[in-house]
Amino acid sequence: MSVTDLEPYTTEDGREIGGVVMEMKNITLRFGGVVAIKDISFDIRQGEIRAIIGPNGAGKSSMLNVISGFYTPSEGQVWYQGQPRPAMKPFEIARQGVARTFQNIALFEGMSTLDNIMTGRLTHMKSSMLSQGLWWGKAQQEEAKHREVVEKVIDFLEIQNIRKTPVGRLPYGLKKRVELARALAAEPQILLLDEPMAGMNVEEKEDMSRFILDVNDEFGTTIALIEHDMGVVMDLSDRVVVMDYGKKIGDGTPDEVRNNQDVIDAYLGVAN
Amino acid sequence: MEFLKKLFVDPFVEMVSYPDFLMQVLWEGLVSGVLYSLIALGFVLIFRSSRIFNFAQGIMVVFAALTLVGFHAMGIPAWVSVIFTLGVMALLAITIERVVLRPLVGQPDIILFMATIGITLFLIGGGELIFGGETKRMITSDLGIPTGSVDFEPFGGLLILQHLDITSVAAAVVLVTGLLIFLNKTRMGRAIRALGDDHQAALSVGISLRTVWVLVWFIAGVIALMTGIFWGARAGVSFALEVIAYKALPVLMLGGLESITGAIVGGLAIGLLEKLFEIYWGQPLLGGGTETWFAFVLALIVLLFRPQGLFGEKIIERV
Amino acid sequence: MFYNTAGQFKTSYTKDQSLFPVKQDAILLGVVLLCAWIIFPMTASEFTFKTMLMPVLCYSLAALGLNVLTGFAGQLSLGTAAFMGVGAFACYKLITIFPEMNIIVAILLSGVFSSAVGVAFGLPSLRIKGFYLAIATLAAQFFLVWLFEKWHWLSNHNPSGAIEVPNIDMFGITVAGPNAAPVTQYYLILAIVTLITIVTINLTRGNQGRIWKATRDMDIAAELIGINLLKSKLTAFAVSSYIVGVAGALFVFLNLGAAEPNFFDIPLSFKILFIAIIGGLGSVMGNFMGAILIVALPVVIKFLPDAIGLEINPATVEHLNIMTVGALIIFFLIIEPHGLARLWQLIREKLIIWPFPH
Repeated sequence: MSVTDLEPYTTEDGREIGGVVMEMKNITLRFGGVVAIKDISFDIRQGEIRAIIGPNGAGKSSMLNVISGFYTPSEGQVWYQGQPRPAMKPFEIARQGVARTFQNIALFEGMSTLDNIMTGRLTHMKSSMLSQGLWWGKAQQEEAKHREVVEKVIDFLEIQNIRKTPVGRLPYGLKKRVELARALAAEPQILLLDEPMAGMNVEEKEDMSRFILDVNDEFGTTIALIEHDMGVVMDLSDRVVVMDYGKKIGDGTPDEVRNNQDVIDAYLGVAN
Repeated sequence: MEFLKKLFVDPFVEMVSYPDFLMQVLWEGLVSGVLYSLIALGFVLIFRSSRIFNFAQGIMVVFAALTLVGFHAMGIPAWVSVIFTLGVMALLAITIERVVLRPLVGQPDIILFMATIGITLFLIGGGELIFGGETKRMITSDLGIPTGSVDFEPFGGLLILQHLDITSVAAAVVLVTGLLIFLNKTRMGRAIRALGDDHQAALSVGISLRTVWVLVWFIAGVIALMTGIFWGARAGVSFALEVIAYKALPVLMLGGLESITGAIVGGLAIGLLEKLFEIYWGQPLLGGGTETWFAFVLALIVLLFRPQGLFGEKIIERV
Repeated sequence: MFYNTAGQFKTSYTKDQSLFPVKQDAILLGVVLLCAWIIFPMTASEFTFKTMLMPVLCYSLAALGLNVLTGFAGQLSLGTAAFMGVGAFACYKLITIFPEMNIIVAILLSGVFSSAVGVAFGLPSLRIKGFYLAIATLAAQFFLVWLFEKWHWLSNHNPSGAIEVPNIDMFGITVAGPNAAPVTQYYLILAIVTLITIVTINLTRGNQGRIWKATRDMDIAAELIGINLLKSKLTAFAVSSYIVGVAGALFVFLNLGAAEPNFFDIPLSFKILFIAIIGGLGSVMGNFMGAILIVALPVVIKFLPDAIGLEINPATVEHLNIMTVGALIIFFLIIEPHGLARLWQLIREKLIIWPFPH
């Protein structure tokens, strides 16, 4: 199975992988004089789990921020669903079906778990402020309808018992799970995960890996993730991009990447 | 057309025709600006060392001036009263650290800010309770501050400089210089700056948070006393003085909350510009009284174009 | 025991999302409403109406408006009083330009003007954040009060710049001005306050409320999950200023009867801010508790020494009052930064399991 082959195919475990949904074309990102990303291109295909890995400071998070629209690339373009994506605000990109989680948890601490996950639905909610103010007809129905979707996500991620707990009181691992729930509730086309397993113990990592695989399997959601833990990444993902010092040094299936000499050098260090 | 002329031509014609008057206006703006800078400086020190947006800075000015006048009224000699007042300001700093700040360590910024509003009210109520609400005269001559004036005749006109104003500018320059030396050359001064850069790191190298806080609040108290003496000498001592304290806020917007240079330059700029605007545009075109809002609107406009203030560093947002 | 929630099961999401999922809360609110609508009006004297009941309602409403902006959307404002002023002056101009206009309509319309001014001053909020924004709202405070004083058209060329409310009839009953009966005015205020409170509760518990809270809690994350920050902040400014403006118009037209421009100066802004803080930021009911406390405090301070036979002069009462409010703010921030509303919540949690805490 080669990466250049763009025909849809079925994986060994029976998941459908489709055509390209998103493509980075020669992305460069600069902050003043610092070049965070240097001329990187890669694609993400429908239904796959795509990982971006690399040592600290490789530019992985910057790359994710470009995809989610938080940073605008200095050069190059992001193609989404076959078209170049025009300059947009991050919230507009979210409305196109790109949802994400954050490396340092970014939950809304003043709200309950349920409300946090409900915010994931807001790109789908349409009732006017007037109707909400009167809590009559459409607003009320809409609230109940979206609550149903959210409850499914809550069941799926097994967080029923913390439904009404303020998220500020939750332990770290659960917060990460609530964040995933919020992103899932948006029913995204592409789900971006920024170090979903950072700071977790082995058990929590296993739980999270299982959820990621289940999400991909059950909903067919395309997932792009950044991760430090090589072992986890290689087990989870269909294809891997490897970055180092802002450049792409490898791209392919986990096996291909594992045998790539540049990647081995970057991770193990090379004697100069 | 007529209005545009009044707006864009007349004021400048006026300035050029009567340069002595212009100089007088600039001088008075400068004197106010110096006092704004001073208050803003006390503010910046507290913000840098503790992230507290100290709304009470202005009221401390009034409180210090009232205390000074109050001691003197009890028959205590002027300079001894100054020392006593400094003692009260030190006591105030310790009390605030002990009663307000210590229990609130680690709370969000907005909570601490509101606590300083609480302090403001407490000081207003307490001050009026002890000293009464009526306006008092600052004990200018008892402190040995000269009260006459010098006249110049530039361009055949007349420029009057009050001795009081000259003294206040000189004293402010001395105080600011002393403060800068203290901050840059002494151990304690460096500790204050270190705390401003990184709380955790400063604590881990053995800087005592409490000592630094008491110290900066005391310094803010000293600055307040000084501002109170000179502003009180011009306008009388009462809680109406707190209005000038509000002026320090746009100075901070303009200069940036953390920049000492910003506080000084911003204060001077606002002092000068609001005076110019009031005399040449405010009074003839808008019915006067523009000094209450001009500084705020100016700062607002500047901030729209430079959200980090004139001297703040550009913030790169991260997630 | 009295607050036992066992056995109250919800069988649909709509029911679970209803305003009072717990029956006892609904009963308690019923009692409060009964007091406000029937018992107080039957027992209160004219003096109590004028100096306690009506001010409490007006302050509560203004604090509710501020709370939408500061407590829910996280944008600190120090210029509330100026927006109350916009509401009051707008109402004054409306009833002098259109004398036929129903006073209730005029009051509700005047909020639209303060709302527009609020949005204008809210525009910088996308670029200016936190304390800088708080200072920026002071620009509105000082500029608007200056405008009230200098622009004599606003007060119909009254030399002092003050507005005086004429006698206004509604369906043959005098409702505003010197001839109006306090009880009529009280009911009008109560009706409007109740209406706006209900709408605000609905707004803040649904989608719009979540959008505001997300903006408050973490604006960057909010934008990345699809919230238009500018829109979220501006709607908060619009709704907040509307409520504040209506509160200002109510206060002047149905309670005070007259107001000078400097009535809307910064001390009033602070008073409203304290009510919101002490009541609890991000709470609706807290505003009412805070307002009751602020209005009742000077009365208590005045009557307490009287009761034990101490002579105390009015100026001292005023000073003691200011001091106590300051101390109370600090006290509350230390004990419970979320104010009376949270305190009540904690008591309620205790009550639910009382008297068997396990």
